[in-house]
Amino acid sequence: MPVIRLVNNWLKNFAYETQHLSFFSLRLIGAFFSRRWYVAETMEQMYLIGVGSLYLVVLTGIFAGQGFAFAFSMELADFGAKNYLGRIMSISIIRELGPVLTGLMFAARVAAGITAEVGAMKSAHQIDAMVAFGIDPVKKIAVPRMIALVVMLPTLTIICDAIALLGAWVIAVFVAHVTSTMYWSAVRERLIFGNIFIGLLKPIVFSFVIAFIACYKGFASEGGTKGVGRATTESVVMASINILIINFFITRVIFSWIKGYL
Amino acid sequence: MIELRNVHFGYGDQLVLRDVSFAIADGEAVVIMGPSGSGKSTILRLILGLDCPRQGEIMVDHNDVCRMPRGPLREIRKKIGMVFQDGALFDSLTVGENVGYYLIEHTKLKWDEIERRARMMLGFVGLDADEVIDKLPDQLSGGMQRRVAIGRALLSTDPKVMLYDEPTTGLDPDATRNVINLINKLHDERSVSSIVVTHQIADAFAVAGRFIVISFGEVVFDGSFEELRQCREPKVAEFLAPFRSSMEGVIQRKFVDGNAGE
Repeated sequence: MPVIRLVNNWLKNFAYETQHLSFFSLRLIGAFFSRRWYVAETMEQMYLIGVGSLYLVVLTGIFAGQGFAFAFSMELADFGAKNYLGRIMSISIIRELGPVLTGLMFAARVAAGITAEVGAMKSAHQIDAMVAFGIDPVKKIAVPRMIALVVMLPTLTIICDAIALLGAWVIAVFVAHVTSTMYWSAVRERLIFGNIFIGLLKPIVFSFVIAFIACYKGFASEGGTKGVGRATTESVVMASINILIINFFITRVIFSWIKGYL
Repeated sequence: MIELRNVHFGYGDQLVLRDVSFAIADGEAVVIMGPSGSGKSTILRLILGLDCPRQGEIMVDHNDVCRMPRGPLREIRKKIGMVFQDGALFDSLTVGENVGYYLIEHTKLKWDEIERRARMMLGFVGLDADEVIDKLPDQLSGGMQRRVAIGRALLSTDPKVMLYDEPTTGLDPDATRNVINLINKLHDERSVSSIVVTHQIADAFAVAGRFIVISFGEVVFDGSFEELRQCREPKVAEFLAPFRSSMEGVIQRKFVDGNAGE
């Protein structure tokens, strides 16, 4: 039966992929806690990942903030509640929009870059050469990128939040005609522990997810340039989907735990 | 001493090596020949411990490389230098950094000292250090890249065994001659064992006295040049048929040089 064969193959591939991803995750965690630190490589990656993504995050933040502010201001105007625009923008940007949009931008730019770079190194036998010289390629390549992501993704999320709130302020003042003081005091009102905690926890979790997937796909890529291209696409797709799914679960679970602080 | 005992190896459902056994003594120069896809390069990866066989043992100095802890395996690898197909140079590092890679990673030597050694090694492999040391690998010709790769392997570990994976493939006749001379120089001057994987028959006869022919993952011939010339095994005869004139040319040259019977 072709259907049974199809399901069987899918299950086999799923089990194979899960097993390899688990082994790789253990290797990466082991490498993270092993003695040697590649400080120069980590700093370089922080620059490439963080500074390199800054313009993307700024553009995303400003236009997303303005778009959402515009849509919300229209709805709120119908109820005569335009003064609440700052509150709504503060909650939606800090808890949801900022982390998710920055995460997706990183999945597109950084995950693709890491997978393509590692895949090309593997394809050119540079990874094998490292092993032959007694160097752990996971420690040398994956760990600096993971640390750089864990530092830079939350940092850029904060920048994205600030820029998006600024973009929303432009719409609030010049389109919705809310006073500047009213907007910022409403924003400040919702800058509370619970929202900030959720807004910072998410990018930290996303950074691990992006690092695991991007490095795993790069190290597991096979089949020359075509294989590297396929691995890069899979890396971006997997990272993006996982960010959206994990975002939902963090919101759902953490929200119920820290309800008292919201 | 390197020994393969009843080695079976495969990728997925595809069996690449079937019951492969041979031994290579210290100081010996051996060529492993065979058509593309016959499993020649896989043998080098197995010797270096980059892959492990499904069955059988890979013994290096009486140690099974696939059943060793990482520390002792690193010591074994120090005795083996590997020149990968296309060199596998790190394309983001300069030639000097590539040649001194092992010293940068594993020693606390200052860069001045590493550069001094790298310059000496570049001179040994026949390159003008002043001209190439600050260049990136992409700025060198294929033959120069291969010589840098040999220099990197030599400076890395001061090896007792050198593994060459298709060292002359894709090179022009001049570059090929340079690489072959370098392989012979290493073998003669430093008593380094050479295991050369190639399907360039003319080059094979220039670098070794013993030949192993692999066909569809099986060893179909293991012996000297004279035995190879007279071999009537169908798979060997079929593989060598296009190169009979090259073999006669080698005989003639040896006869003229007074080295007949070597």
